[in-house]
Amino acid sequence: MARGQPRLVCSWGNVARGTHSVYRLSSRFEDFPSLPAHTSILPFGNGRSYGDSCLNVGGALLDMRSMDRFIHFDAQRGTLRCEAGVQLGEILRIVAPAGWLPCVLPGTQYVTVGGAIANDVHGKNHHRDGSFGCHVTQFELLRSNGERLLCSPQTNSDALAATIGGLGLTGVITWAELQLTRVAGPWMAVESVRCRDLGELLALTSASSQSHAYTVAWVDCAARRKRLGRGILQRANPADDGGAARPAASRRWLAVPFTPPVSMLNPAMTRVFNALHYTRHSAPMRSIQHYQQFFFPLDGIRHWNRLYGPRGFYQYQCAVPRDGAGDSIRRLLEATAASGEGSSLAVLKFFGERPSPGLLSFPRPGVTLALDFPNRGARLERLFARLDAIVAEAGGRLYPAKDARMPASLFRAGYPQWQTFSRFVDARCSSSFWQRVMADA
Amino acid sequence: MRKILIIGATSAIAEASARVWANRGAALYLVGRDPARVAAIAADLRIRGAAIVAHEAQDLNDFAAHEAMLDRAALALGGFDIVLIAHGRLEDQRACEESVDLAMQEIRINALSVVAVCTRIAPRLSAQGGGTLAVLSSIAGDRGRRSNYVYGSAKALVSAYLSGLRQRLHSSGVQVLTIKPGPVDTPMTAALRKGPLWASPQSVAAGIVRGIERRRDVIYLPGFWRPIMWIVRGIPEGLFKRIRL
Ligand SMILES: Cc1cc2nc3c(=O)[nH]c(=O)nc-3n(C[C@H](O)[C@H](O)[C@H](O)COP(=O)(O)OP(=O)(O)OC[C@H]3O[C@@H](n4cnc5c(N)ncnc54)[C@H](O)[C@@H]3O)c2cc1C
Ligand SMILES: NC(=O)c1ccc[n+]([C@@H]2O[C@H](COP(=O)([O-])OP(=O)(O)OC[C@H]3O[C@@H](n4cnc5c(N)ncnc54)[C@H](OP(=O)(O)O)[C@@H]3O)[C@@H](O)[C@H]2O)c1
Repeated sequence: MARGQPRLVCSWGNVARGTHSVYRLSSRFEDFPSLPAHTSILPFGNGRSYGDSCLNVGGALLDMRSMDRFIHFDAQRGTLRCEAGVQLGEILRIVAPAGWLPCVLPGTQYVTVGGAIANDVHGKNHHRDGSFGCHVTQFELLRSNGERLLCSPQTNSDALAATIGGLGLTGVITWAELQLTRVAGPWMAVESVRCRDLGELLALTSASSQSHAYTVAWVDCAARRKRLGRGILQRANPADDGGAARPAASRRWLAVPFTPPVSMLNPAMTRVFNALHYTRHSAPMRSIQHYQQFFFPLDGIRHWNRLYGPRGFYQYQCAVPRDGAGDSIRRLLEATAASGEGSSLAVLKFFGERPSPGLLSFPRPGVTLALDFPNRGARLERLFARLDAIVAEAGGRLYPAKDARMPASLFRAGYPQWQTFSRFVDARCSSSFWQRVMADA
Repeated sequence: MRKILIIGATSAIAEASARVWANRGAALYLVGRDPARVAAIAADLRIRGAAIVAHEAQDLNDFAAHEAMLDRAALALGGFDIVLIAHGRLEDQRACEESVDLAMQEIRINALSVVAVCTRIAPRLSAQGGGTLAVLSSIAGDRGRRSNYVYGSAKALVSAYLSGLRQRLHSSGVQVLTIKPGPVDTPMTAALRKGPLWASPQSVAAGIVRGIERRRDVIYLPGFWRPIMWIVRGIPEGLFKRIRL
């Protein structure tokens, strides 16, 4: 009889943490673990969510990482079936040499397939290809009562819609099948263009959505007034000329070996860094990059989250509807700059029209802005309250994958289908996030 | 292309080793008890790059079936470069103290089945004039301890058997590798409380692959167990019997 191992688990932002009883599933043939009465459990991928949506403090976690077998790869049609604990980086190692890539890749390759589905993650190509869940053709859902549901757009489509973006609350995804996309090779033709203000940034991002498969903008958060929203747009298309000598795939060459006693990313430093980064890109820069470097620039530094010190950091990621998006983003940036909190990293992307398949999927047509902040306690929470008000007024929402603090009211306003969703929540599943946003629901 | 037979292929340690070899394009023959799980591992290893993966389901307690199983494996692979033996089980020690049946089963699967299958593998490797026989023993076999001496004594038998077999096969160029891991976080130990000295199946697998490449005789995994067990073995029995280990 397996027993839960008592373990301190924290998520990527290092702000949410706590003791869990950790169970494990090692293969798709295993049963749902039998738990002590009144104990809830949450599937755990690779803990790359920033806040408390991947934690269940005081309860149990179900570690999925050793359930990581490939099941079937059709190199002609580009379909891949694998167990849910397989990480996207492992998939790339297998399918990229055969000329395929997953259709949607988030900013790190160290996420599991189950985690990517449960947060319905997005990449730099959302404007063209939608979210991760759009390319999941089928999966199996194991419920705590032992039931196994094969979910696809044709069968159990209601459970499919609840599970994609379902935050692990509907049961365990044991395996999934993905449709991959053809690529000529591992190279990307990348162009970086500097934009002087928010208007220019939004206009160029919008125009590039037509011409480029991948777009993402870095915003200089310290810039104010006339320069507000200045930044660098990175846009790319797969490069199809092979043959030529190319830079080697980027390797992990740096690591942050331990957590420094204080955050290395304070407001003064980030201001300097942002200004330097902006200046460096005075003329448009073109380059050919390996897909690893292009999709996962942060993976080059292992444990970079430790740079924020023992108090950790928050990411505030919102999505606002297309109509009025420019105005909302301007107000969010103004509030951030005025607070002096200094976001260490600000990233802006466009979300396209393709509907996300999940009831609680985050992406919706419009603009998404993600802001990283070292945890500075109450002061930061005051800024977040101001940002919340702007997002709520715009009819926007926050991303649970990044969240450790959103008020229940903002969650329910942002995800009007939460009541429909809650009917699919497995009787034994829960999370710290869910308890927070469902308090007195 | 290396030709590798893995007995007990559904073991977490064996599977992690098989992935290293699959990655390098080896030909594999997998033997495990649960047909669905062996087949699933075979499919995975094919996708990960193994040149050939054949498999069969076999309860290794059926000693009479070993010969035919080895024939099929030898035919499928065309000989063996490496044979890895990894099956085993860990019963609760208390339960083994209370049940003769359980204690005998524990010895049978962990020790007798290994002797049975090695007895049949040895002449095949010796006739080939080379190859590696790598067997999972354990640090638990280095000295009987009250917490797991039934399991430990089975592993002690395996270690002693392999030491003799190594002498016998030395002149024919066969490597006999005794693998002695410390506690490893696998399904076998799911019921035990984990601590800082525990290893992952991946790190143990890396050590096994390395030990085979370097043609070692006895490896401790991780390596710090070698000095620790040297000390544990050195404790006089009069003192040893008084301590809780
Ligand atoms: C550097 C970095 C960059 C990132 N960039 C992006 C980005 O560009 N776009 C984006 O969308 N996200 C991004 N993220 C967030 C990340 O992609 C998501 O949080 C992702 O879901 C994490 O996957 P994981 O495997 O680590 O799962 P975890 O974080 O461990 O869990 C995530 C959720 O999945 C559930 N879950 C896990 N496995 C299963 C399963 N088998 N069955 C059912 N539920 C399961 C969990 O219960 C939890 O609710 C980024 C994160 C980092 C650290
Ligand atoms: N884990 C440790 O701490 C540790 C430490 C030192 C040494 N070892 C040794 O390492 C080896 C591998 O163990 P592991 O840790 O990888 O554990 P594991 O994953 O539980 O593997 C043990 C395997 O043995 C198989 N097996 C048991 N009885 C069998 C039988 N009668 N016929 C065929 N197969 C049988 C099991 O198959 P089923 O799943 O079908 O039962 C299972 O796949 C074992 O010899 C073990 O003693 C382990």
